[in-house]
Amino acid sequence: MSLIEVKNLEKIYSDGVETPALQGVSFNIEKGEFVAIMGPSGSGKSTLLHVLGFLDHPTKGEYRFEGKTLADYSKKEIAQIRNKKLGFIFQMFNLLSRTSVLENVKLPLIYSDVKESLWNELSLKAIEQVGLSHRINYETNQLSGGEKQRVAIARALINNPSVIFADEPTGNLDSKSGGQIMEIIEALNNHGQTIILITHETYTAEYSQRIIKLKDGAIESDEKVLERKHIHKDHFVK
Amino acid sequence: MTLKNALKTSVRGLKTNRSRSFLTILGIVIGITAIILVMSLGQGAQDLILGQIQSIGSKTISVVPGRHPTGISDSLSTFTDSIKNKDVEDLQKKSNVPHLSRIMPIVFGSETATRGNKIHQTTIFGVNNFFAEIYDIYPEEGRLFSDEEISSKAEVIIIGSKTKEKLFDSDEEALGQKIKIKNQSLRIIGILPKKGQFSFISFDDAVIMPHTAAQQYIFGIKYYNRLVVEADSEQNVDRTVEDIKTTIRNNHNITDPEKDDFFIETQAQAMEMVGTILNVLTLFLAAIAAISLVVGGVGIMNIMLVSVTERTHEIGLRKAIGATEKNILVQFLLEAILLTLLGGVIGIILGAGFSFLASLALTKFAGLNWGFTFPISAALLGLGVSAAVGLIFGIYPARQAARKDPIEALRYE
Repeated sequence: MSLIEVKNLEKIYSDGVETPALQGVSFNIEKGEFVAIMGPSGSGKSTLLHVLGFLDHPTKGEYRFEGKTLADYSKKEIAQIRNKKLGFIFQMFNLLSRTSVLENVKLPLIYSDVKESLWNELSLKAIEQVGLSHRINYETNQLSGGEKQRVAIARALINNPSVIFADEPTGNLDSKSGGQIMEIIEALNNHGQTIILITHETYTAEYSQRIIKLKDGAIESDEKVLERKHIHKDHFVK
Repeated sequence: MTLKNALKTSVRGLKTNRSRSFLTILGIVIGITAIILVMSLGQGAQDLILGQIQSIGSKTISVVPGRHPTGISDSLSTFTDSIKNKDVEDLQKKSNVPHLSRIMPIVFGSETATRGNKIHQTTIFGVNNFFAEIYDIYPEEGRLFSDEEISSKAEVIIIGSKTKEKLFDSDEEALGQKIKIKNQSLRIIGILPKKGQFSFISFDDAVIMPHTAAQQYIFGIKYYNRLVVEADSEQNVDRTVEDIKTTIRNNHNITDPEKDDFFIETQAQAMEMVGTILNVLTLFLAAIAAISLVVGGVGIMNIMLVSVTERTHEIGLRKAIGATEKNILVQFLLEAILLTLLGGVIGIILGAGFSFLASLALTKFAGLNWGFTFPISAALLGLGVSAAVGLIFGIYPARQAARKDPIEALRYE
């Protein structure tokens, strides 16, 4: 059983006019894989991410996560899956402003069943993992873009998810900060974390093991990366 | 999510928008302040008036001629001449009413008093000397009537301070002078001190004379408008009331109490009535003040809706990391309730503060014995009402927030 199984996935937006966003997409993703989903804007990669992240329903086709389909879950269970099994990293960071780094990282825990006495310890550990221990009590609006994205990564990590979705994580960063972010993501994958990275940049996608290219809502190619880049060897260049 | 963390989340949400949060609750603050102020002042007025009634004496019983009105069509004027001197004499007998300590017949009416070309519309009270003790008012100048003057229908009067002002120049000596009422010359033997306009019973513009003289010279009647009886103690009031009824019924040959040609008012009844009237008045004013709470509530709803739109991103994020619809609903509902509760608390403090200042001012400048009491029941009501306003006007925006689609919310720029 694969972690993620997608079969003939279709998504049609019907806002008066019917707009097909995904047209028969199929693939599997194994536990521990680092997959990049690429494509120009309008290719359906964001829609795919939303469906995979339980934020949206497919119109047709099947999506199995850990062997179960979306229809098997109640609304409350879906919220629990988002909380425990999925981690999100967004292009726009989506942090709570005027709130400390610690509180931001802690946020998923308040919706979880993790004991409150463990919250600080878990948060501090996640913050340490992204190298922001010196910024714990800073408010997020005092941080640089790269630091903000590291807070978002720590937040995504906090519940030890089965998969992390990263939606253009370096899109708003300069190449130095972008490199640091990719280094962290790569390190997470090396420790066995499943990563699904959405990007339109080839140089970012090449850090993954496998690239799925989308065009007009369909898979154009699904190939292993032969010459995989590594932060330590090749510098991250935008 | 525990309630404690839900509260923390909501408090943080409000703190990030301090100045707006404050402006939002202004409507609630004003509404609660007004309610507390009205209810507190109402309580103060009630205490003051009831205190004054009480000072007349809770041992006092009034006998009023006429039938107790039973409805609108029932005329009060039937048998208004039923209480006569024979009744007073019989009530004074120990064998009839053993616990009676004082009795004062009263006749009264409005008449014009003149002195030279000066005219004053006055109220004439025909009484005996007990009036001074019962109403706790003694002449500032001159004296009370002598027993001889009462029994001999002497043409002597005691006048109120305002009556003196109207009929005499400020530097004129009034004591010993004569004024005319209904062509009868009356000599002034006493002048009462000024009691103030807030007093429950004011003799300021009155003319007081022996009831015998008032009956004969002024009103030309042989009956009384009212008898004021004082029992020897508060415990004996009820018994005395019964004794009075029996005595007068015997006198008037009445066997059926339904056909009484008189009725009895006690101080307790009067206090109850005044209390009821003041309560209704206070509640009426508080209800008007409550309208501003509705306006305040609409304001809260408005701002909460703006806030929900503004924080679409935050809502989307919270949903993406595991918040349920209920979590979001509770968060925004708690924010609304916390806002209105805070407004309620500020309003209670302000309302009580203003009420305290008002009591100081009334005591100092109007010379009233106005006590300040913190209206605990009104404060609790205020808290309850403000929380209810938050709940009622917060539920719609909170539902809007809870129903937001996480993708739309995350995409929102």
